[in-house]
Amino acid sequence: MPDVLLEVRDIVKHYPVTRGLLQRTVGWVRAIDGVSFSVERGKTMSLVGESGAGKTTVAKMILLLERLTSGTILFEGEDIYKYSSAELKKNYRPKVQSVQQNPWSSMNPRMRIRDIVGEPLFVNTDLAKKDAYSKVIELLEQVGIGPEGMTRYPHEFSGGQRQRIAVARALALHPNMLILDEPVSALDVSIRAQIMNLLKDLQNQYNLSYVVIAHNLATVRYMSHTVAIMYLGQLVEFGESEDLFERPLHPYTRALISASQLTLPEDSEGQAKQIILTGEMPSPLNPPPGCRFHTRCTEAGERCSRDVPEMRKVGKQQVKCHHYS
Amino acid sequence: MSGNIVLQVEDLHTSFFTRAGEVKAVDGVSFFVREAETFGIVGESGCGKSVTGLSILRLLPEPSGQIVGGKIIMEGKNLLELSKSHMRAYRGKMISMILQDPMSSLNPVYTVGDQIGESVRLHQDLPENMVEPEVISALRLLRIPAPEVRLKEYPFQLSGGMRQRVVGAIAMSCRPHLLIADEPTTALDATIQAQYIALFEDIQEKTNVAIIFITHDFGVVARICDRVGVMYAGKIVETAPTRDIFKKPRHPYTKALIHSVPQLDRKDERLYSIEGQPPSMMNLPPGCRFYPRCDVSLDICKEQEPPEVKLNENHSISCWRVK
Repeated sequence: MPDVLLEVRDIVKHYPVTRGLLQRTVGWVRAIDGVSFSVERGKTMSLVGESGAGKTTVAKMILLLERLTSGTILFEGEDIYKYSSAELKKNYRPKVQSVQQNPWSSMNPRMRIRDIVGEPLFVNTDLAKKDAYSKVIELLEQVGIGPEGMTRYPHEFSGGQRQRIAVARALALHPNMLILDEPVSALDVSIRAQIMNLLKDLQNQYNLSYVVIAHNLATVRYMSHTVAIMYLGQLVEFGESEDLFERPLHPYTRALISASQLTLPEDSEGQAKQIILTGEMPSPLNPPPGCRFHTRCTEAGERCSRDVPEMRKVGKQQVKCHHYS
Repeated sequence: MSGNIVLQVEDLHTSFFTRAGEVKAVDGVSFFVREAETFGIVGESGCGKSVTGLSILRLLPEPSGQIVGGKIIMEGKNLLELSKSHMRAYRGKMISMILQDPMSSLNPVYTVGDQIGESVRLHQDLPENMVEPEVISALRLLRIPAPEVRLKEYPFQLSGGMRQRVVGAIAMSCRPHLLIADEPTTALDATIQAQYIALFEDIQEKTNVAIIFITHDFGVVARICDRVGVMYAGKIVETAPTRDIFKKPRHPYTKALIHSVPQLDRKDERLYSIEGQPPSMMNLPPGCRFYPRCDVSLDICKEQEPPEVKLNENHSISCWRVK
């Protein structure tokens, strides 16, 4: 039996589009339209997709920064929407923490590092300030920042170091799960590897679950156990990382992988195999009928523009495409 | 590779003079780019790659940014010796530039047609009724669908990918000989990025434009560049054809960078990582700049800067390990 920590069942988020003096609702942005997945304890699941696919909205809903339109989110088997706000603060929020993409905007520039990393402790525990600070020293040490950093301000650190500090802050309350929204994409190439290795070490040490939001597939392959590919508010493919990269099923997954593959200019065979999609992702205000990807799909048939495909199990993977029915 | 050399940069030095002292952002950079060729400049933030691009166009923020030495030669002339008005004739017409973020390089209150037309009117002596056809042909070159409609639209009406194509259309509108593209695909999504790169290859085939492609992304380099210069702390440490950079990198920094990028077609258990950070440009180490982070450094690396060694016609490197 897999040890499921978080389960997301058929979640939907529609934002109203309002117009005029009376703010009448004239339409709905269908940001998330029926997404289901689960994350096991100690494992990493990555959400992959282009901007506007709805990855960050999913993260916001897991963090309860947005309310669901419909659907269920279960954490350790409990429906988090049934918790009162006091129960949430005790049973859920400390256990699910997040690290944001941009370490330049996720910290108050006027606070010292000890207070930035210590803040979750001040708010959620009754530790005395002195004890909280000694805990902060431990936390910083785990991410490779020395105690001399305690009294400094964020601007005194480089991007990679700030991202380490953000990770230390997220770990302060001993969470079970971290939501990492593009954790390395704002960093330089040589620093990315340092942070990815750090995250892996911390995962092994504390049996943490990660939900990683990313658009760089090579990063995803390195970090994840399972991968969910999103397109226009829906999952199009879900599976174990190895299977999905070795045998991508959905045409969109194949195009994404092709776009991220390293092909040298002289490699004419590799160049010829490259899939270049035409057009852009349609607006979630007015998603196309049938399969949402059919407007850009290189293999779309007549049925694809008419019928909505179901999520189907193919081998160990799940895929939403008519070609597998 | 043959073709005429379009631009030659020789021993370029660019510094910023700040209250805290001189920052040698570009410290002795030399390279050239041929007709119909794409030369990549790769490096991490702060290594001086964008400043190199701005120096070629002489668009440094003055008075703090100054070119303090070297030559930039195009058509037999040293651009650094041209008068300001003469230089203006080069910019846009002979050399143009594409920047990373299309939303900040386009003016939100002018239509696409106005903005492309501006460059056409400035640099080409055309009667007014010929401007619009020229604008439309620039939009067509960038494969923007329905150009007659698009030219009446404002930047906010376009998607990120389309905006970046408009920026490309402005840059290509006067058929420049050299295009400097500074991270043009970084703000775009993966599938849109692939479209944009394919488009550039097509444009280069049609116009023979020489491209200097500035990026931090090795994936993009592999796809579009013919030759690459790897920059670290103000210097190009290795220059080689793209294939050699990937298959036979010689400089420890190049090797380390390539190893630290996760690859899609293999599963790494643990990534190689370069410890430490690039040095502060205010306070460079004596000797080789990569020395403090290098795994294979020698005693001499600490004291003396390595000279540039030519391995062959196309491959040169600055490292004491390579002789």
